[in-house]
Order: sequence, then C-alpha cells, then structure tokens
Amino acid sequence: MNELHPLTQAVINGRRKEVPDLVQQCLDAGEDAKSIVQDRLVPGMTVVGERFKKNEIFVPEMLVAARAMKEALKILEPLLVAAGVRPEHTAIIGTVEGDLHDIGKNLVAMMWKGANMEVIDLGVNVPPAKFVEAIAQHKPHLVGLSALLTTTMPAMRTTVKAIRDAGIPVKIVVGGAPITREFAEEIGADGYSRDAGSAVDAALELLRAKA
Amino acid sequence: MKYTSLAIDDPAELIFGVAPHPLTTREGMVIGGGTVYPELNFTLPPITIDAAGMAEVRRNYADIIEGALGRAAELTAPGVVIEFETLPPMTEHPEWGMEIVNILIEGMEREKARSGLKSVLRMTPNDNREFERPPLMRRGRYWEAMLQLFEGSAAAGAELLSIESVGGKELHDEALVNGDLAASIFSLCILGERDMRFLWTHLNDIAKKHGVYCAGDTACGFGNTAMVLAEQKMIPRVFAAVVRAVTAVRSLVAYECGAVGPGKDCGYENPILKAITGFPMAMEGKTSACAHLSPMGNLAAATCDTWSNESVQNIKLLGGMAPTCYMEQLIYDCRLMNCARAEGRDSARMLQRWLVESDVATDPQAFIISPESSVELARAIVGSDSHYHAGIAVARKAVSLLREANAAGRLRIAGNEAGWFDTLDDTLDDLPDSEGEFISQQLALADSTKFIAAEYGLT
Repeated sequence: MNELHPLTQAVINGRRKEVPDLVQQCLDAGEDAKSIVQDRLVPGMTVVGERFKKNEIFVPEMLVAARAMKEALKILEPLLVAAGVRPEHTAIIGTVEGDLHDIGKNLVAMMWKGANMEVIDLGVNVPPAKFVEAIAQHKPHLVGLSALLTTTMPAMRTTVKAIRDAGIPVKIVVGGAPITREFAEEIGADGYSRDAGSAVDAALELLRAKA
Repeated sequence: MKYTSLAIDDPAELIFGVAPHPLTTREGMVIGGGTVYPELNFTLPPITIDAAGMAEVRRNYADIIEGALGRAAELTAPGVVIEFETLPPMTEHPEWGMEIVNILIEGMEREKARSGLKSVLRMTPNDNREFERPPLMRRGRYWEAMLQLFEGSAAAGAELLSIESVGGKELHDEALVNGDLAASIFSLCILGERDMRFLWTHLNDIAKKHGVYCAGDTACGFGNTAMVLAEQKMIPRVFAAVVRAVTAVRSLVAYECGAVGPGKDCGYENPILKAITGFPMAMEGKTSACAHLSPMGNLAAATCDTWSNESVQNIKLLGGMAPTCYMEQLIYDCRLMNCARAEGRDSARMLQRWLVESDVATDPQAFIISPESSVELARAIVGSDSHYHAGIAVARKAVSLLREANAAGRLRIAGNEAGWFDTLDDTLDDLPDSEGEFISQQLALADSTKFIAAEYGLT
C-alpha cells in the first residue's frame, strides 16, 4: 500500500497546526497550489468522507479534518486566485421561503465544501427571487434547496419554477424530511438527496451527468 | 435553583399515569391522577398558508378535529388532550392562528355536547423569533405576535400553554455538529436558561390573567435534533444522550417560573423533570414514528401521563384520515397502560418494567431516560447551586452512568463511540468553576454574527 503524503495524512488526522508547515514544504518543493489541493488535500478529505460513509467516524471528526484543510487553503487561496484557478464546482444552497430549519442544509454545505466545492450559503427563509439573483451573480453549477415543513414544500416548487423561468442553466438538487424522489421529479428538480449523508453523492452524480 | 430535592426519588414510582402533583382541567380530567390520556397533535399536508389559502387550512383543521374526536368518543376514551402546534405563518399572523383555535374549541365543545367526551386544548405557538438572524429574543414583531397569540388562545379557552422555545439554538446546532459539549452547556444552561426565564415569566403572567395553566417547554430543537442526528449516524449516540441529560436543566426553568405540566410531549428529558418537580408529563415514542424515528418507542411510555403522536399530516391512510388513525392508536396504547393501573400497583410496575427493559439496553438515549437513570440525573441537578453547575453535574453523571453500563454489558455502545467517554470527561474537566469565567470563554469562542448577547441579558 502506498504511503500517504504527510500533508494528506495531517488532513485525515485533523492535525491542523502541522498543516501550514507541510503546505510550505510542498510549495518549496515546487508544487503549484492547484496540484497541492488536488493531489494532497482532496485525497485526504476523500479518505475522511469514505470513513464517514462506512460509519467509522462522525461529523465532528470530519469537521476536524475540514478545519485542517481550511488551514491549508488559507495559504493556497491567494495563490489560486492569482493563477485564476477556481474550484471545479460552485454551488448555491438555501432553505426555501417560510422555512427556518437549517441544520440539514448546513450539514450539506459542510459536506459539499469537504468535496472541494465552492459553496455560497444563502441561509434560511430564502425567497425565490433571491435564489434567482444569486444564481445570476455567481453562475453556480448546482443549487441545493432544503425544506423541513410540509407547508413549505409549495415554496420549493415555486423556487424551482422561478429558477427555470429565469432560463439559467443550473442543476437543482432538493432534500428535507418531507421531500421524496417523486416530489423532486414532479416539481422539476434534477436530483434528490434523502439525507445530508448522501448529498455529496447526489451532487457529484448530477455534476458528472452535466459533464 | 428553585428545586433542591426530588419529588420522586424511587424509580419504581416514576411511572405512567401518576404524578405527585396532578393537574385537573376545567372539564375534570385529572392528568397525573391515575389515568393516562391520549394527546393528539397534527399538521397540514403540503399546502401554502397565506390569506388565499386559509379557507383550505380551516377546512383541514375542522375535518381533523371532527374525525379524531368522533373516533375518540366511539372508543370511549376517558378524555383527550388536543395539541395545536401552529405553523410559522399562524404565529406571524395571530389572527390566522386564532381562527384555528376557535375551530378546534368549537369542535371540542360540539363533541362534548354530542357524546360527553372530555377534552382540553394545549396551545403551542411555534417560536418564530429565529426568523430574524441573529434572533431578537425579547422584542420585535415576532415576539409581539407570539405573545398576542398566547394571550388570545388563553382567553378563548386553550387551557394548557406550551412552546418549543428556541433560546440558545442559534449556537447549539453548531455545538452538535462539532461534538462540543462545552458549547452545548453554554447554549442550554447559560443562554437557554436566561431566555426561558424571560419567556416563561411572561407566559405565567398570561396564564394567571386568564385562569389557565403554563404546561411546559421542551428542548426539542436541542435534544431531539441531537437524537435525530445520532439516528442518522452524524454524531455519536453517546454524545446525543449526554446532551439530552443537559437539556433537562434548560427545560426545568419553565417549572421554576410557574409551569405545572403536563410537560410538552417531545421533551424526552421529561422523566428527569417529573422526578424533580412531581408534575405530570407528556411523552411520545412508538406512536410518534409518523413524525420522527427514535430509539426508545416503548421506554418513553414508562413515565408518561399523556401519550402523544408528536405530529401527523392530515393525509388519507387506508384506515381513514391519519389524525383519526393516530387517535385510535394512542387510545389503545393508553388503554393498555390504564388497564395495568386498574389491576393494581404490581401490574402497573410490571408493565413499566417491560416498557423499560424492552428498550433500555439498545441505545444510550433510551438508557439515559429510563426511570433509574432519570432519578440519578435529577439528583445531580437538584444538588447543584446554579444552572451552569447543574449542566456540568448532570453531564458528568450521564457520562458516568453510560460508561458503567457499557462496561457492565448492560448497554450496547458501538466500538467507534467508546472513545467519546474520555473526550466528554476531558471537556468537563476543563470547564472553569466560575460561571462568569465560563461565559467569558464561550463569548470569545462563539460566532458573534449568529446571536446577540444582550438579548440574553449578557454584555
């Protein structure tokens, strides 16, 4: 079995304080910022994500790893911006109008970030027009809509329609306790995630289909 | 701390149907006086609640109350508790909430006249304060509208006042996903305690003015969020169970401010509160799987005084409309418990034991609210001199009980959770004795964009 790079291992183990030095060592060795993200950091978070999927670890442990990765990105992001490199995928996420439940939405946002997506979180009680405006501004590849109440499911339908009517090509994935795959299809969403744990797979499936 | 000793210190006496301080309703239902009553809660199917949709909303609630009470009468229920938990627009527009209150009360009165069925309305306005981010906890239109709905409902005849209040939740969600027990204690025992005291002092004034009862609160957005996240394998079950124990400190404040039960159904911390206060408690378990899953469907009934379904959509099932079907299920659950009580103390205790033993070893959350654990945890709370110290003491006791049970093979805990005992104990060891120092520490760590310290009386 190949030994993991020390930076990858530090991310997996959440050894945040070691990360800046390890990133600097990579840069000193001539690695560019993009390859450090792709070849050192993302593989670490992939291992963490796999462990989570196998129920070996929990969200708190995953967040420790995510914070370690964030330490690296603090150093790398200015370099990535200077080189014109953006994350491969950008997503917008929010809880639909009339609904203020956000822990599920926050978990999905956290997991998408861990999968190296740029995530713009619009918060809770988000009117359809605000989604449309944000989509026009940020041009994301993916939009995530969340609802917990049966009585805010109609707002999810309205939001999907508003996005479609705006004519901006974007994939929409929906989720939340009362949401079903059938409802997602009925309102014209592209994807459905039954819980936060499967949101990364649901997103990547849609994004791969797009590619 | 108002309570310094236990009302119930024998786990065998922490039992369904009986509370040291029962509550008698206007119609003569004695909750906690020897009979377990069904408590029905319901919600709407996917429809929009706005001015244009109110006709359909009214029709739904009228159908719900007629169908469910009709079935209760046919099954000769000894009485029922109807809980109206509003949806956000109904609290934001109190006149809409009041329309439904009146529909329900009229339906209850009609059924009383028709069949003699006793009933009582629990009014639970949804706490909209968190619509503002960061929330305004003590002022603003959401606060004013909520109080207006409480006041109107109490005047109209809602005899039991409850709420799932949200004070402290704006920091607690993050505490949960970070597995951060210190932040959880800060949210529950510092922020939550202060908000509860402010809120329930106002509610007690309303209750006194209208001759109704403050029933109780629940740390649903805290303990149940943890429980559901643990069910989804997002956070360790051990951590969620310890958080549950700490939620009792927050929910207790309602009783310190005048609440007399029955405690709100989704407060799984209620057995601990019943041991402390002696007031009757609502509980929910297997018959609330329509609303959410839980690891203690039977055990939760062991200490209940009303037995609830938490919430069910008004949709058609094969047996009839869902609220009617759930009314029937609750009535049969209660019949069994009441039959055991009628047969005598030994039979009631035998059923209590079966309800406990069938679940207690399977999950930390179930273990922590068993009558035995609840009495121990309650003792840790009343032995403390402040809510902050009570939070630490009850968390420490919960970890200790879980650790011992796991070591003795009396509780099944997954291998990847065992390490959390040390993590939690280490966190508790690191907490300062001084509440002021703890608050300073946590204020420095908390995301100041998410909450307003002054709204909790902190500066």
